[in-house]
Amino acid sequence: MEFLELSPLAVLLPIFGAGAAFLARRRLRVQRLITIGILCLTLVLEAGMVAAVWGGESYAIHIGGWDSPFGIALMVDGFSSFMLLISTVVSLAVLFYATSQGLADGDEPGPVSVFHPAYLILLAGVSNAFLAADLFNLYVGFEILLTASYVLLTLGGTAERIRAGTTYVVVSVVSSVIFLMAIAMIYAATGTVNMADLAVKLPELDQGPHLILHVLLLIAFGIKAAVFPLSLWLPDSYPTAPAPVTAVFAGLLTKVGVYAIIRTETLLFPGGTVNAALLVVAALTMVIGILGALAQTDLKRMLSFTLTSHIGYLIFGVAVGGPLAIAATIYYVGHHIIVQTSLFMVAGLIERRAGSANVTKLGSLAKLSPMLAVLFFIPAINLGGIPPFSGFLGKFGLLHAASSEADALTWVVIGAGLLTSLLTLLAIIRVWARMFWRRAADAEVPNAQLIAESTRVLEHAAAGGAESPHLGRKLARELESESLPWGMRYATGSLVAAGIALTIFAGPIFAFCERVAAELIAREPFINAVLPLS
Amino acid sequence: MNITFLVITGVLLAAGFYLVLERTLTRVLLGIMLLGNGVNLLILTSGGRRGVAPLFDSSIAPEEYSDPLPQALILTAIVITFAVTAFLLAMIYRSWALTSADVVADDTEDIKVSQSTAYDEEEDSPVAEDTTEFVDEEGRPIREGEE
Repeated sequence: MEFLELSPLAVLLPIFGAGAAFLARRRLRVQRLITIGILCLTLVLEAGMVAAVWGGESYAIHIGGWDSPFGIALMVDGFSSFMLLISTVVSLAVLFYATSQGLADGDEPGPVSVFHPAYLILLAGVSNAFLAADLFNLYVGFEILLTASYVLLTLGGTAERIRAGTTYVVVSVVSSVIFLMAIAMIYAATGTVNMADLAVKLPELDQGPHLILHVLLLIAFGIKAAVFPLSLWLPDSYPTAPAPVTAVFAGLLTKVGVYAIIRTETLLFPGGTVNAALLVVAALTMVIGILGALAQTDLKRMLSFTLTSHIGYLIFGVAVGGPLAIAATIYYVGHHIIVQTSLFMVAGLIERRAGSANVTKLGSLAKLSPMLAVLFFIPAINLGGIPPFSGFLGKFGLLHAASSEADALTWVVIGAGLLTSLLTLLAIIRVWARMFWRRAADAEVPNAQLIAESTRVLEHAAAGGAESPHLGRKLARELESESLPWGMRYATGSLVAAGIALTIFAGPIFAFCERVAAELIAREPFINAVLPLS
Repeated sequence: MNITFLVITGVLLAAGFYLVLERTLTRVLLGIMLLGNGVNLLILTSGGRRGVAPLFDSSIAPEEYSDPLPQALILTAIVITFAVTAFLLAMIYRSWALTSADVVADDTEDIKVSQSTAYDEEEDSPVAEDTTEFVDEEGRPIREGEE
């Protein structure tokens, strides 16, 4: 267990790395090396943490040696270390992607060199939020990641990003204020902000105050997790940011909110007093989000809407409760982080390849860029829930858990879930058929460059004839590598591969999720680890 | 519990939320500052009754001290509000420099989507086929409602 004493490094490494990267802001090469090195170290550390708690252990670290409930505790259990590991895998892939993009565009030292420090601070905040065993520390984690995200979202300060950033910042600040209000009231009611202590003391409260505190926390986390009707800020603000930033935001930020919801629902407010409301909210999140996705013509906006829509599945899992539903939810969180991030990375690649991510301007991409088609296709049908991918496994687990002892309302939500899955597929197929299959000349807003390139590829293929049928494909590959640096392609490819790995190793990973869910529902492992046995 | 504090907290929060709903960015900023202060006051109230400064002295009974934890929380919250306010000010200035307007701008893509029709050229375009049998003198087909 001594190894786990090192886990605060998951927060400290990125923080100190950010400081070092900021000092090196005039030397971009050093800055990149520092950031990548730090993240690799963090990844190794977190892989070790997951290995240490794989069997279902919970371990609390008391910062500065102050015992709970007086000191600040960090919690390393299956749930937090699983989230840490996935978030670092994703952010490392995005970092390679961003670095490769930066190298290709030859960015110079200047305002843009705050990207690497801000990125590391964002990850420190995410790690801190995952490790927190203390509501106020969770708040601080949220604030760290939010402040870094403000900087990343408005990077460069163009009119479009400032517009999107304003909404994002104001909404985030309001959610933080509500969270802080909840903390103040919880402290007034119970005299503690330590989660283990709260798990013991909150059930002793009267029903009224208990419900108010519960709902306040849910609203605060609901805004961060983009749960309908608190989700409308997300599709507005994410798409304008630089591609790597959107990718990492889509993967991580909302999921920190979901993590907080799962943690508080299982640990602090068991018993499911608001589960019926959560079920309704989950159904609305799913259906309204996906209807929004169907209306979009911009790929990044479409993906943002599917992102909010699929948060509904996670809320659904929480609302159903029970070991199997929570296990499926945890598995689905992992799947969702990886798949959404890879989709946004591919959207960035498409934008780079074709000059736009607006579906009305695209066409012929399957011919022009077969690799892009594969990179898009795998996570897209994974998101749509086609067997045998992890999206199917997660959804199947959720719906199976829900249907085992379902009342009328749950059946309605199961129906909404299936409908959403179908509509997701429809949204993806619409985008796919337009971007990849139709001829560039048939686009609503034809793009001259795409048409010229596809004509060249077709001519080459025709010229090669039967003897050398690969001539057209060879030209397509050359055009592809001209516009897309190899680092960006491989980074995206490796994350897509990680999504497939989540499918291949679904057995052991799901078994791990089941152990984690059992621990979460039992609550004692957390409480006993944090509070000294007295 | 101090009722004055609670009333002030309520007023600050209400005014703050009202200002945040405005479209003018400076008012939004003022609203956020009010919200921050309101919440800080709320945290202070959560510490319970007042007492002596929480510096350990063996001659003072434990229940005489005021609760130091809310004060520590407020300090953290003040620092965070300060940083966010500074960032917002910079962003508002940038927004003003770019658009010379102090309001939250509309999302153009959003408006485009909301104004688009359900008609989709690729999927809903009618089959090009003339079904009318009536033609005018020049041989052009006459459709319903056309003169």
